[in-house]
Amino acid sequence: MPEGILCNKNKVTTLEHLQALLADKSGKQYYQEMNNLDVDAKALWDLVQKTCKSRIRTWLEICTHCGLCADSCFYYLANHKDPQQVPSYKIQSTLGQIIRRKGQVDNAFMQMAMDTAFCKCTCCTRCGVYCPLGIDTGVMFSYLRGLLFSQGFTPWEMKIGTGMHRVYRAQMDVTTEDWVDTCSWMAEENADDWPGLEIPVDKENADILYTVNAREPKHYPEDIAQAAILFHVAGENWTVPSEGWEETSLAMFAGDWEACKLQVESVYAAMDRLKPKRMVVTECGHAYRATVIEGPYWAGLKTGKTPIESLHYVEWVAEALRAGKLKIDPAKKIKEPVTYQDSCNYIRNGGLWEAARYIMSQIAEDFREMTPSREHNFCCGGGGGLNGIGRYREQRNVGLRVKRDQILATGAKLVVAPCHNCWDAIRDLEEVYEIGIRWSFLKPLLINMIEVPEHLKPAE
Amino acid sequence: MYEFVTGPLAWLAFLVFFIGIIVRLVFYVRGLDWKLDRVTYSVNTSYGVRGAVRSILFWLTPFGTHSWRDNPGFTILVFVLHLGLIFTPLLLLAHNIFLQERWGFSLWSMPDALSDVMTIAVIASAVLLALRRIALPEVRIITSAYDYLMLAIAVAPFVTGLIARYAYTHSEPWLIAHVLSGELFLVAIPLTKLSHFVLFFATRAQLGMDYGIKRGGMKSSGINW
Ligand code: SF4
Ligand code: SF4
Repeated sequence: MPEGILCNKNKVTTLEHLQALLADKSGKQYYQEMNNLDVDAKALWDLVQKTCKSRIRTWLEICTHCGLCADSCFYYLANHKDPQQVPSYKIQSTLGQIIRRKGQVDNAFMQMAMDTAFCKCTCCTRCGVYCPLGIDTGVMFSYLRGLLFSQGFTPWEMKIGTGMHRVYRAQMDVTTEDWVDTCSWMAEENADDWPGLEIPVDKENADILYTVNAREPKHYPEDIAQAAILFHVAGENWTVPSEGWEETSLAMFAGDWEACKLQVESVYAAMDRLKPKRMVVTECGHAYRATVIEGPYWAGLKTGKTPIESLHYVEWVAEALRAGKLKIDPAKKIKEPVTYQDSCNYIRNGGLWEAARYIMSQIAEDFREMTPSREHNFCCGGGGGLNGIGRYREQRNVGLRVKRDQILATGAKLVVAPCHNCWDAIRDLEEVYEIGIRWSFLKPLLINMIEVPEHLKPAE
Repeated sequence: MYEFVTGPLAWLAFLVFFIGIIVRLVFYVRGLDWKLDRVTYSVNTSYGVRGAVRSILFWLTPFGTHSWRDNPGFTILVFVLHLGLIFTPLLLLAHNIFLQERWGFSLWSMPDALSDVMTIAVIASAVLLALRRIALPEVRIITSAYDYLMLAIAVAPFVTGLIARYAYTHSEPWLIAHVLSGELFLVAIPLTKLSHFVLFFATRAQLGMDYGIKRGGMKSSGINW
């Protein structure tokens, strides 16, 4: 049976297809079908020839096999320096082989490559910063995921995720109606405590267009309320779009480049429609990476930039603190030791480490850096979509050890993690290793420490 | 024989070397694709140039990067090897006398004692790097025969040159072996992964531009390599 009913080379474009996948608990049937999935070697090789150009080919060719990348990879460290976890080995034995064999690979090879690309690499790109020749293995693994996806070899959750983006323009089944309702529900719910609080939908010419991660309307609506409160206190003229509000991209993790384009174009269309001055993205790393850093390229924007200037949430917070739009009550600063999880996506790959440092200097009395930190920080352990993939739970949990030890070494019991993936990974590492830590986004911390002007307080 | 290897064959080797590295560079640059690589190489150029220059300079500096500092022994071996490979042949007195005789020009030459030290340092660092490949499991797993061959091709002219210099009798065969191995080295540079002789600058510049233009370079003072 070359093509399965659930596991095949087709893109998920209909609700029925999506529901059939969701009904297959843990992807049991999906992975069974994968065992029989044929590899179309010709199509694979055609795709390689069209898309694998001098950058990646040169990387693969001139790698001097020096092994300097080994210690840079948290998987290598977490797995007791297993040589099979050396970045160069991992990529040469997968993508390198596909190219050497001109696409003539079989089902078992493709499954091995899929397992390697997802549970031995989170595409954190740290190794690229440690390679003398500038070989970015994380970028190559992301490319490999795209090749695998084109042949139907992608984890079950990734297949679902890409379908969600195609069907809902969101990583989860949140419709426009659900989203707008959640916004008005959150505004109403908090109206008593915050008189005048609004979540304006589709307001034109606002200063800020605020966009989120679908998990917020789906599972953590209070996050949207907190964002609204902070904008409200800061006196911002802001809005959310009724459509084009989702910043994340499971399609990016899966390597489904078509779906990546569809997703970011929905956000850019909202920019066009509502003509805001700037966009602010919620506390999510890969969302920012997808829509602000990579998105313009998927959409073919020659400037390499989003249609309007775009900020990660930490940039907005740093700016609001600097401008005095948000004022911290000195008595309410965090007194206990606290550390900060630098996300790969908006710190290493987004350059925003200074904004994060400024915020910490304003809100914490005993801020402790992890070692290493900033653009050299290790992946949380859950990047690249790994948090959400059941098949690789065990390997993910092993990978978390590096972050666990980094946090323990700081002596801090509170971890500020302004990224959904990092936040999840740290929550899970506490669940697995029970080291007695707490973790938080910035929004709830800020709400507890800002000075609220009299006129914004509820009447007694 | 000597006339032939130092005459027509030498011309051929230099021709392959120079044309080869230019072709490699041209093909590299032509194969860059702003959409596939997701880097606007020809827009935001000032950020790109800054990123490329930083990326190259940091890594050309011994102990200039985190990675070099984390691996001090390796860093010393790599810099000694590469500096020796490039400068010993260029500044060797015997080579420059030869150049003057044949082609009528020469470069500044270093004292013979220094070139002896550099030659021995090149050979020693190559041997240690080969041993490192065997000793460290994380290097062993990615090492193939091809990697040893590259090391051998690179140091062969140094080994043969040293023997030719100190052989009291029968030095001519060693001299011919020296010239041949030097020519093999030159030819191998564009044709093998020794092409990192030039492609190092290309790939470093590329990743520097990637970080400088897209991955945060416009919002920070630049990645701290
Ligand atoms: S550090 Fe770079 S050159 Fe060395 S083995 Fe790793 S990828 Fe290859
Ligand atoms: S990108 Fe990150 S996880 Fe992947 S091989 Fe490199 S260091 Fe390891």
